[in-house]
Amino acid sequence: MLWRIARHLLAIVGLVLVGGLISATLIRLAPGFDTDERQLNPNLNAESVRVLHDARNSEHNVVKFYISYLRGALHGDLGISHALEQPIQSLLRDRWRVTARVAGFGLLLGWLLAVSLAFSVSLARSSGCELVGTAISGAFLCIPAAVLALLSVILNSPGYLAISLIVFPKVYRYSRNLLAKAYAMPHITAARARGLGELRILLWHALPVVAPQLLTLAGITVSIAVGASIPVESLCGLPGIGQLAWQAALARDLPLLVNVTILVTLVTLLANSGADVIVHMTRSRQA
Amino acid sequence: MRSARTLACVILLVVCVLSLAANWIAPAGYAKQFREAPGAPPSTQHWLGTDEIGRDRFARVLYGTRISLLLAPAAALVSTLLAAALGGLAGYVGGIWLRLATGFTDLFLSLPWLFLLITIRALLPLNASPFVSVLITFLILGLLGWAASARVLATGAHTLRSSDFVLQARASGVRGFRLFAVHVLPNLKPILYAQFWISIPVFILSEANLGILGLGVAEPLPSWGGLLRELEGMISFRDEPWRLVPLILLIVVMTSFQTLLSNETEEVAA
Repeated sequence: MLWRIARHLLAIVGLVLVGGLISATLIRLAPGFDTDERQLNPNLNAESVRVLHDARNSEHNVVKFYISYLRGALHGDLGISHALEQPIQSLLRDRWRVTARVAGFGLLLGWLLAVSLAFSVSLARSSGCELVGTAISGAFLCIPAAVLALLSVILNSPGYLAISLIVFPKVYRYSRNLLAKAYAMPHITAARARGLGELRILLWHALPVVAPQLLTLAGITVSIAVGASIPVESLCGLPGIGQLAWQAALARDLPLLVNVTILVTLVTLLANSGADVIVHMTRSRQA
Repeated sequence: MRSARTLACVILLVVCVLSLAANWIAPAGYAKQFREAPGAPPSTQHWLGTDEIGRDRFARVLYGTRISLLLAPAAALVSTLLAAALGGLAGYVGGIWLRLATGFTDLFLSLPWLFLLITIRALLPLNASPFVSVLITFLILGLLGWAASARVLATGAHTLRSSDFVLQARASGVRGFRLFAVHVLPNLKPILYAQFWISIPVFILSEANLGILGLGVAEPLPSWGGLLRELEGMISFRDEPWRLVPLILLIVVMTSFQTLLSNETEEVAA
């Protein structure tokens, strides 16, 4: 088990480091990277413009920039954002709470909606309920994340509602399919033949079969929620990491975007690996 | 299920034909401004009214549908070919190449799709001409959307590598790229088709997301993303419900794709 956790951690560190380097390279190669609006300010003297120019020059060599960034990060210094002219550490500290709240509530509500609907449809065992569930989830699956964000602005509803409606159809479809497969297993037929109630069958016989896959899905939905936080936060005006990523990309802010990419990759990988380790622990305990 | 599939096919066909015939059906070009009627409600002249700068909304919906429906399959083709080249070849060769390809795919998949897409698009020129913006948008979709398909194809190719007919072909002296192209690739066709069809609705939705954020197809060219951006100015649904037509059309088209895809994926699974 420890070896498995260590392997996951090693993979996470490797992927995060490579991901950060790739994002730094992409930003460096992006058109308009060299330009700094502040250099056009007529109130600045030649010396100030030269200082700004030199500051940009230090980022020209991506490998050098990345190594110095990593060295700074090890000492707790994540650099300064060019666009927002603030220490990145304080920007991330201020904003992660908003994203954690929006994505967290969104995930919770999305899962609650999806699982309750999937369980109700399984318990009802009617094709009508199945059709209603498929239609509702299908409709939300067809609406782009940004449209859901816009609709939540128009309807004056909280941003996490949009995230929950992005997560809901994916979780519903997957959990419904898993439950349908579990219900087709022989031990469920045997339980039903012995006269067990539907609720008991669901909770005692079907749910333990699908639980590991649902746990893996939980890890994946964290990634979906984090991705959806960009359009939701940008369009709903929520000052979170998603909005920060959006601003950093538009301003070609190399230090800020590298930090945000590393943070997002880290959260996604930790969620996926965490789910995988928990599933493995549960399985080995059962064995 | 069969009737639902037929209905989905008919809907997609009608939408495609109407969008392709936009030059003849649309009352005006997508960029033509009716300066005397900006923000007009639906009328006999403008079936869906006009937008804020007086362009006929029905014409823009038709032309926008054409762009989204034609270029999403093109992007899906690019991503499927990339997936076949990277995933299929790596799975066939195996060993260190398979591990490298898997690591590269993991790296791509470790970033949320929307985050990756929006960030990369925002880094590219935003003041490009409409035609270049169309190319950039759909090329990005094609070039970034291969990872999940590549993983499926790598697994498929790796399984085929040790199948009886490949062993027999190898014993008969067929080797290298010829073995891959003649014996492995044709057997990956069902997976390739499924991945191609699955990618189309994903790319349509992704373009819509980019368009709403102002990173998609540049004005005055219409696309579903650009048309949906009009929702931003809405205060309530009751005032101008006809502005929801592009969204309703998108939902109808996506539902039709889903209906067709559920059957396609079932066939591949079988």
